[in-house]
Amino acid sequence: MQVMSLFPEWILSHGAASIVVVPLLLAVITALNPSAKLAWATVLGVTALCVFTALGLLLQVMSYGPIHYNMGGWAPPLGIGYYIDGLNAPLLLLISVVAFLCTLYALPSVIAEVEPKKRGPFYAAFLISLAGLLGMVTTADAFNVFVFLEVSSISTYVLVAMGASRDRRALSSSFNYLIMGSIGATFFVIGIGFLYMQTGTLNMMDMARLLQEIGPGDRVVQLAFAFIVIGLGLKLAMFPLHMWLPGAYAYAPSFFTAFLAATATKAALYLLLRFTFTVFDPSWDYIATAVMILLAGMGIAGMVAASLQAIFQNDIRRVLAYSSVAQVGYMLLGIGMATTLGLTAGYLHMINHAIMKGALFIAVGAFWYRFGITQVSDMRGLGKTMPWTMAGFTIAGISLIGVPGTVGFVSKLILVEAAAENGWWWAIGVIVATSILAIIYVGRMIEKAYFKPVPQINDRPVLRNEAPLAMLIPLWVLALASLVFGIQTEWLTSMAEAAAQVLSAGPNTDIPGGAYILPKVTGGH
Amino acid sequence: MTAIFEHFNFVVVIVLMMTGLFVVFATQNMIKKLVGLSVFQTSVFLLYISLSKVSGGQPPIIDKKDLHGASYPADGGYDAAPDSAYQAAEVLYSNPLPHVLILTAIVVGVATLAIGLALVVRVREVYGTIEDDEINKIDYNENLEGVAR
Repeated sequence: MQVMSLFPEWILSHGAASIVVVPLLLAVITALNPSAKLAWATVLGVTALCVFTALGLLLQVMSYGPIHYNMGGWAPPLGIGYYIDGLNAPLLLLISVVAFLCTLYALPSVIAEVEPKKRGPFYAAFLISLAGLLGMVTTADAFNVFVFLEVSSISTYVLVAMGASRDRRALSSSFNYLIMGSIGATFFVIGIGFLYMQTGTLNMMDMARLLQEIGPGDRVVQLAFAFIVIGLGLKLAMFPLHMWLPGAYAYAPSFFTAFLAATATKAALYLLLRFTFTVFDPSWDYIATAVMILLAGMGIAGMVAASLQAIFQNDIRRVLAYSSVAQVGYMLLGIGMATTLGLTAGYLHMINHAIMKGALFIAVGAFWYRFGITQVSDMRGLGKTMPWTMAGFTIAGISLIGVPGTVGFVSKLILVEAAAENGWWWAIGVIVATSILAIIYVGRMIEKAYFKPVPQINDRPVLRNEAPLAMLIPLWVLALASLVFGIQTEWLTSMAEAAAQVLSAGPNTDIPGGAYILPKVTGGH
Repeated sequence: MTAIFEHFNFVVVIVLMMTGLFVVFATQNMIKKLVGLSVFQTSVFLLYISLSKVSGGQPPIIDKKDLHGASYPADGGYDAAPDSAYQAAEVLYSNPLPHVLILTAIVVGVATLAIGLALVVRVREVYGTIEDDEINKIDYNENLEGVAR
């Protein structure tokens, strides 16, 4: 392919490792950096490099098939393997692009929200969080997943708590998130332990192969599945396990909220997909039941309950946070159908939701930056005082509702098609009903901004005060993306279809260099 | 009764795990919550470590005299009939991998605990209490009014 020659040799041969290692190593340098500007420039450079690398990897996967990378030259299953295919390559690009745009936005936002001496370490923690997310998505080693999960989570707790200079509730929210997140990660690692007990390997493909030999009847494997689903469910904010999310999103520094909302739950959702569909066998009875009843059921419950809660929130960011839980519900509903079309819808909604929620949180951060607005009731007249920011917010907002011509519509339409194909007519009813709820909670904000008069201070209306360009550019890139991909639907849809193909192909036992049989672990006596 | 003693490691793990989880959910004190979380995580460390014990296996340190003729079992694992090359070595090692994994997990646990304690210090400074229910009560009013201090 002609375009491949644009990428240097090292991206084609070592891209899988460098996309994780470069942010991780440069985080150390950033932490020691005394100048916040220089730290910001480093982060911008690193994230730009990540975007470039992820693009190279995606094109490489699309033209030559999955990439196997042996960390340190040690072949899996003994060594740690990195594996990139149609399922995680788009997600790598998504996380990198969002990180890059959020970094652009960070320059004014961090100056407003973080104390000067903490800015260097703040950027370093962001890089570590980014490296953790990219690592979670890239690695094919189950224990390595846990390590990266914790790397990204621990830096996330720190970054959420940094919002304390703006609102002290950031501290208690961060603590709640720490407790829930650690329990989730520990549940996940218990599940991995049980799988290791039965298979004696940590490589996902090797695990899939050995699980095929063990078969569906094994009690310990069933237990492992339960622990992994609950652990990841906590991380991805599956409905009854979402209690950490509204606080964490609402009180984190606004730059980090945008990044967190657009990427963190997506990486956990990817892991759930990877484990459920390609490590375990989705055709096994208990897995098929769990996917249909637990994932789809909790998805539906989350869509309804969280949308209702979103309507009654006063804080803009809490509205959007509850809406995030509801949107995770749409993704889980699509995945719960377990058909290729349903998986396509779930995966596409994952990408689309990142685009629109990123834009919405960036706009909300800009409202705070200019006017200190956090409440829905304070949004009066924003259509006149911040017209460009509010226009971007509105585009992303109507995309969240699912108005035709936006990305939100595309994924909801495919979700409805998938539900119809399955004969789940009631699900279509729920999708329409929750979209109406979305009209209420988004419409409430748009109505305040455009149809309420500009507030008066000392008998004079507030003057127009547009957000700085560093905030408008990332906002409008994401807002335009949600329009462009809503009209030119093929590009994203074909990527989601490729991902769904990977998932519906069943367990992935593709180990480079053939299977190497490890001695079985006999534990405990 | 014998079942308990045959799987004694699992019994210990389950007791610790449930104690830890119960403490996390039952107490309102943030420090005690972190204690519970640590007990919970430690139970997982024990689970992994006890997995690595192979019946009759010795610590996985290779002695020079064992090296000659020793080779990895080619197919079945330790339960299968050993082939001649394996027999020549006559050494059975415990699995060292879980120890390495748990070293990593311990580091993760320490980091989590450190961040948690640092947060508790900050919470105490700002709210004047470390009881979760009191903090929720304070936050609840702010959430209703939507205005924080």
